[in-house]
Amino acid sequence: MIKEKKNIEPKTKEKSKTPILEIKNLHKTFGTDNKILQGVNLSVNKGEDLVILGRSGSGKSVTIKCIVGLIEPDQGEIKVFNENVLNLSKSELNKIRVRIGFLFQSGALYDSMSVRENLAFTLKKHKKDLTPEEVESEVMEALDNVGLSDAIDKMPSELSGGMQKRIGLARTLILKPEIILYDEPTTGLDTITSREISELILDIKHKRKTTSIIITHDMACAKLTADRIMVLKDGIIHAEGTYEELEKDEDEWVRSFFQ
Amino acid sequence: MILTLKNTFTEIGNVTLFAKQFFKEVFVPPYETKELLKQCYIIGYKSLPLVAITGFIMGLVLTLQSRPTLVKFGAESWLPGMVALSLIREIAPVITALICAGKISSGIGAELGSMKVTEQIDAMEVSAINPYNYLVVTRILACTLMVPLLVFFADAVGILGGYVGINIHGDVNFYRYLTQIFQSLEFLDLIPATIKTFFFGFFIGMIGCYKGFNASNGTESVGKAANSAVVTASLTIFILDMVAVQITDLFF
Repeated sequence: MIKEKKNIEPKTKEKSKTPILEIKNLHKTFGTDNKILQGVNLSVNKGEDLVILGRSGSGKSVTIKCIVGLIEPDQGEIKVFNENVLNLSKSELNKIRVRIGFLFQSGALYDSMSVRENLAFTLKKHKKDLTPEEVESEVMEALDNVGLSDAIDKMPSELSGGMQKRIGLARTLILKPEIILYDEPTTGLDTITSREISELILDIKHKRKTTSIIITHDMACAKLTADRIMVLKDGIIHAEGTYEELEKDEDEWVRSFFQ
Repeated sequence: MILTLKNTFTEIGNVTLFAKQFFKEVFVPPYETKELLKQCYIIGYKSLPLVAITGFIMGLVLTLQSRPTLVKFGAESWLPGMVALSLIREIAPVITALICAGKISSGIGAELGSMKVTEQIDAMEVSAINPYNYLVVTRILACTLMVPLLVFFADAVGILGGYVGINIHGDVNFYRYLTQIFQSLEFLDLIPATIKTFFFGFFIGMIGCYKGFNASNGTESVGKAANSAVVTASLTIFILDMVAVQITDLFF
């Protein structure tokens, strides 16, 4: 397979070839010598689901946090919708952020708000002209999408881990993003719930034609959702291909993810 | 020693930058009025019982402790005026501010710290919602507005406590007690004391928010943020009070 690639082309033929997100030569060091990213290059095409694999601490989450501006890289270029997000002002970056959804590992629900308020809060901040009825209807629609309309009046503390992630996803979806970044969406969940979340990701992709980057250690999730997989090692993209290709990769370290 | 000094100055620099951002954002829309009112309710209204109890005890104890000395000099009639002056000029602002540092600053530190470690602040940021404006500006403003009101309330309750204290050993009419207080008070006693409470409120809110907003990842840091917020805010109140008294001494 391709190793230490600089510009990676998607392998799936059915996807559009328009890169919607491109990362070039991304570097990030924490402290003085903790080099996490050492020249990551990747591109994601419109409508594609890219899964990033790698050991814990290999820089997967750092990469997607750089995309939304939560972490500032030391060097490199991140182009989203043809705009280099690293050169944008705060307000310009926020315009891009509205078009990118981010699902946190923990769900990151606002714990002082109910499920309804969690969803409505984000919506009302961006669509100020909506009537209360329209807000309610959009909240219900987002909850229907994740199959949790019954949880609308619950507080986050009353929800299970799987439910919190679904509600987190509903909150992400309410702004109708074009790109969704999933940070370990199935971590800490049982096999059945993990599968449900993976199917939900797939369902969202088909219904909403979104582009996704999914960071996961869950190979079942990767198999189900990935159009293409990249493996991160030592701060660079070490291998890239489809699930079937990487499963038979000549590199034993890469194959070990699939065993 | 040098490292500690360096860290202290770095911290002061960071707090200053944090405060600078407050002044940059406080006048810029969107104005989070609903959240501001909610915070005023939490910070102001919900602190009333605590401030009432401490205010009453302050007035009562101050009266009981001062009375024997004044009786010795035959100046018992000065007791209402002395208690009111002490309360309004110094004791009520400082004690109320310290109570608020313990209750509000630590609460804000723990709340924002917990939001930080559970990525709720990041979630706001990636949703293109300005967390500083929504969480920090509202809380600092609410503290700045509510602490002076709480101090007024503590003044009033403290004076009531003083009345009870006087009547334990004597029999003074409430109207006469109030008349004596107002005779001994001037507006100039009230103005510097009120001005400094705005500063107390501002720093209580700002230190709580700063500590919470900068909590590092991990649940341990939430406790540290809350604890550090109380200690730093309390110390800041004493320093501000010292500066305020010096300035008051120069001008009034």
